[in-house]
Amino acid sequence: MTFNLTISPDFSPEKLAGWHIFNTWLQRKLDIACHLDLHNSFEAQRQAIAADRIDLIYANPYDAAMLVREKGFVAVAHPKALPDEAVVAVAANSACQMVEDLKPGIKVASSGDPDVRMMGMIMLEPADLDAGNIVAETCSSYVLVAKQLMNGTADVGIFPARAYDGLSSMVRNSLRPLVRSEISVIRHMLLAGPRAADLVGRLQTALTGMADQEKEAAILKDLGFAGWEASSQEDVEFMIDLMDTLTA
Amino acid sequence: MQNMDPSHIVGPATDHLLTYFDGSQRSVWVTNVETPFPDGKLIVSRTDTQGNITHFNQAFVDMSGYGKDEIIGLPHYVLRHPDMPKAAYADLWSTVNSGRKWHGYVKNLRKDGGYYWVHAVVVPNIRNGQIVGFTSVRRKPSRRKVDECTALYADMKAKETP
Repeated sequence: MTFNLTISPDFSPEKLAGWHIFNTWLQRKLDIACHLDLHNSFEAQRQAIAADRIDLIYANPYDAAMLVREKGFVAVAHPKALPDEAVVAVAANSACQMVEDLKPGIKVASSGDPDVRMMGMIMLEPADLDAGNIVAETCSSYVLVAKQLMNGTADVGIFPARAYDGLSSMVRNSLRPLVRSEISVIRHMLLAGPRAADLVGRLQTALTGMADQEKEAAILKDLGFAGWEASSQEDVEFMIDLMDTLTA
Repeated sequence: MQNMDPSHIVGPATDHLLTYFDGSQRSVWVTNVETPFPDGKLIVSRTDTQGNITHFNQAFVDMSGYGKDEIIGLPHYVLRHPDMPKAAYADLWSTVNSGRKWHGYVKNLRKDGGYYWVHAVVVPNIRNGQIVGFTSVRRKPSRRKVDECTALYADMKAKETP
């Protein structure tokens, strides 16, 4: 059979080649056939999951509960020391100096990453802002979020921290971070669906050994990872509990 | 339940006797020093079903004032501030023990007698249908919510029976 691997649609475009190389390596290492099934949006990816077309997923933590509780996915591994963090930023010339300066009715632009948007909205709570009193604008990329701020068509932007740090210096100089999350415990995870459950042990061995092999370490570098660590089912259950607390 | 150690208190303090749900009591000293909740951080901790701490993060250490080596095993109610009404905790425990999520605004007591306000969310950790512990995440509350709750809790405390 051919397995389907998909990755959270919030991956950086420059990592796309890295994921293709990773998939090729995975097939050779485990002697399996695996198709890299990419989706342009979380909605499209969720439809594929709902239709049971996905066997392995590098998942956004926001989707962990659905994958584990509804679809029977189990934990495989997570990247070492690579937590998901968010930056809330304004235009450099904005009058806003701190989150508490923001007022209801502001326009908040974000890309589609559900966990990053959630973290960003939590960081707006000290100003009594929530989904009910802001105007939310979802952009197809974080570059467009930056453009909205630079053009003055949005008041606040929510970025994945790594994406914000990767913006060109010209763009970053046009923006000003108000607050950056330091949560440390929210992260993407590789999960295996029921058809791939028998692969978990071999997958964990292969993935956790990657950093020790020169060629495999180069693949990790292309993904932006220092290495993989095996995840236990309790790790993913904790992530689900954590996400549950954050959606209150 | 061990009383607070007055030698840990920083600044002028008043003493209070807390009585817990099981009738046990604890002497605490409180000051008027507020530690602001840091921007961008979350306090994360987990407890067993008895409320004893099993996991915590660095923000818990920073905000509670307890050392890393003394937190594991501590009952979570060492953070209970005498300004908090008993009804808030009764509601918390009845909610999470019935398998549901609780959230509310809480004034927590630091080891040094100071305090910090949080927006707390607590969920039961359910494994194979059983509650095996609780996860609590605390985030920065708005000042408006803190002011509202300060007045509300003072009113509730005033109506509490001794």
